Amino acid sequence: MTWKSKDLLTLEELSASEITHILDTAASFKEVSTRSVKKVPALRGRTVVLFFHEPSTRTRISFELAAKRLSADILNVQTASSSLVKGETLIDTLKTLESMTIDAIVVRHKCSGVPQMLANITKATVINAGDGAHEHPTQGLLDLLTIREQKGKIEGLTVTIIGDITHSRVARSDIYGLTRLGAKVRVCAPPTLLPVGIEKMGVEVFHDLNKALDGTDVVYVLRLQLERQKNNLFPTIREYSLLYCVNNERLKRAKKDAIVMHPGPMNRGVEISSGVADGPKSMIDEQVTNGVAVRMAVLYLLQGEKEEKHV
Amino acid sequence: MTPPKIKALIMEARDFDRALTRIAHEILERNKGIQDLVLIGIKSRGEILAERLAAKIKGIEGSEVPFGALDITFYRDDAGTHRPEKAPTPTLLPFDVNKKKVILVDDVLYTGRSARAAIDQIIDFGRPTSIQYAVLVDRGHREFPIHADYVGKNIPSSSKEKVLVHVKESDGKDEVYIAEAEA
Repeated sequence: MTWKSKDLLTLEELSASEITHILDTAASFKEVSTRSVKKVPALRGRTVVLFFHEPSTRTRISFELAAKRLSADILNVQTASSSLVKGETLIDTLKTLESMTIDAIVVRHKCSGVPQMLANITKATVINAGDGAHEHPTQGLLDLLTIREQKGKIEGLTVTIIGDITHSRVARSDIYGLTRLGAKVRVCAPPTLLPVGIEKMGVEVFHDLNKALDGTDVVYVLRLQLERQKNNLFPTIREYSLLYCVNNERLKRAKKDAIVMHPGPMNRGVEISSGVADGPKSMIDEQVTNGVAVRMAVLYLLQGEKEEKHV
Repeated sequence: MTPPKIKALIMEARDFDRALTRIAHEILERNKGIQDLVLIGIKSRGEILAERLAAKIKGIEGSEVPFGALDITFYRDDAGTHRPEKAPTPTLLPFDVNKKKVILVDDVLYTGRSARAAIDQIIDFGRPTSIQYAVLVDRGHREFPIHADYVGKNIPSSSKEKVLVHVKESDGKDEVYIAEAEA
């Protein structure tokens, strides 16, 4: 199995065996992060640009650590301190970076499709670190790795994703990845937070959280994106929380050995109670650990063309 | 991919076992026992051979020698240009290598590039007193200044051929073949 793509833009475009190959590679990068010298020379001399046009802490730090642990050189380009505020277009900024011979570019942008557009015009590897409400493929991969580690498999599991599906790129990547690997996915939210036609992605739709949690193996709580709630999609945060907050009482409906996941950052008491977030079923810290391993695997696998050479 | 055409059987199970027994004795002789000795196999078959050597040494000396396994994928000199077919597996070194006499174990010594990668990786874990290199087969054609301290069998080969080491644990039989390289 070789993953031949130049870029990682979506999980939608990956086959089950490609996803499994990335997860297997990530599993061995996890070991690197437990050493006292947390570094391997695999990407020595390569330059990775982190091109973030939206606030991000964990994804950017996670990518930065991943690249550093592979011995790559990192360049941080953020909108506020770049020529983009002087009116330079994104494409011109990219061309400038390309002229300085970069190898990979990790992009986050508030508009869906920006990584695709950049990937089409550059020879460098483009990795989507979240584009609008479209996809966040490395988050999807780290979620898959966490589920696979905890449950030993993905096929046949029932995963319930709860919250603002409409605005969530995480939900989309998770749905593509999980369904491709054979899991059953449920989504649960008030109708105003579910996009029209979501069932076409192969998911079961619920509006009642209690029913959605019944017998589920994985409870995936999305962040309520308060910054994107200006259109009165629900009456108040208090009401949302009364109906959709995952707490220990509601969690009893899930399987006994169910795990709880959240992509962070959490709004404690809104979509998830502190009791659940800090409880024994919570895999939130594990997700963060796996994030570095998955990003190392993606950066590593995307570098270099296929070439037969025997050692 | 068609399986490579086998030209000759070079070692069968008995030869294989005798070679490992001799290497175990040579390791003990050179190091005057098992004090500070650790065995590290290069994945995947070197790991199995390291485990076998550990068992043999235990049979001779009566006590355990720690053994571990390296996956050298991330240390290969073509790591940035080569996309591996197989997903790498974790490196397992359940001991401190500082001040240890490391016996690096692999199935075939060919260009010497794997050994270079393995040595670099071991050094990232600490500073061993020494690193010695044990291989089941030395087939020549070195590209790096590397030699083995313990050799099961020297097999002069053409670089157009392949030397295949099969082990019971993963291939069903302990055998060494020479085969035609795939076209």
